[in-house]
Amino acid sequence: MAELRALVGVKRVIDYAVKIRVKPDKTGVVTDGVKHSMNPFCEIAVEEAVRLKEKKLVKEVIAVSCGPKQCQETLRTALAMGADRGIHVEVPESEAERLGPLQVSRVLTALAQKEKAGLVLLGKQAIDDDCNQTGQMTAAMLDWPQGTFASKLTLEGDKVTVEREIDGGLETIRLKLPAVVTADLRLNEPRYATLPNIMRRTTRQPGRWEATNPSLHRPPSVVLQPLPVQVYHCTYS
Amino acid sequence: MKMANPLRGEVLTLYKNLLYFGREYPKGADYFKRRLKAAFLKNKDVKDPEKIRQLIARGEFVIKELEALYFLRKYRAMKQRYHLEDDKTK
Repeated sequence: MAELRALVGVKRVIDYAVKIRVKPDKTGVVTDGVKHSMNPFCEIAVEEAVRLKEKKLVKEVIAVSCGPKQCQETLRTALAMGADRGIHVEVPESEAERLGPLQVSRVLTALAQKEKAGLVLLGKQAIDDDCNQTGQMTAAMLDWPQGTFASKLTLEGDKVTVEREIDGGLETIRLKLPAVVTADLRLNEPRYATLPNIMRRTTRQPGRWEATNPSLHRPPSVVLQPLPVQVYHCTYS
Repeated sequence: MKMANPLRGEVLTLYKNLLYFGREYPKGADYFKRRLKAAFLKNKDVKDPEKIRQLIARGEFVIKELEALYFLRKYRAMKQRYHLEDDKTK
């Protein structure tokens, strides 16, 4: 489907190799100054979307991240891996802690409809909260079929065949597009976002970083040029 | 390296790329940076373009090795954390 658009959700989490420390007041985990990176399962989702694009089965790969402005780092990595555009849904730092699968799936639902995506690719779960809910909730809100824990994905026309890792083995299902798929560990081996690729995506469009400066507060409808990263501001209760 | 050697750009790019890779090095980014700098300084007086090319190729090989190392580390960690049942059923 050369017209297919893939929406990939990427989450910024504490790096998998970091030794987590609990805050002294026991209200949470120390995040200040701690190394963050893209959720490993989200990396696998991005890799799958980019591979589909390279096979010319997907026209455009759009990466999405919800959270404070540091999420743009994660989006940069996604762009360096091969995504075409990045959408940063900015949530103020104070409210970011309350951001959970329910809110994220609402955002993804709205964006999938807005961007007319035919495939939503997510990691199966985030390594910080291990919720394993966003993909499933998004599919329910969109009323799309879902193929979760995908270890193999094959696009054929308007259908996608998903091999799922389930308790006790593998299950193969065929879904009619549009659909939501969540990536499991064995789906693929993600490429490393090398420095040349990151630099290439940063310098290609000179006006890019000014546009993503939060102080500009440009509403999405006014952004006429196709800049790689769009910033939507949202608050929620 | 101080001469206007056409390979100077390539060497610098290699150094920058290696430095970028070193951020995630298991033994620490500082350890990596020290070793990287020492390795490059050791060869700073090499003038022969052929030898420089060989050294650049070796540097690129190191990058490939680091990519593989980082991937394996991450894969093994994720497998260990999320796929315990593999040992029991498979």
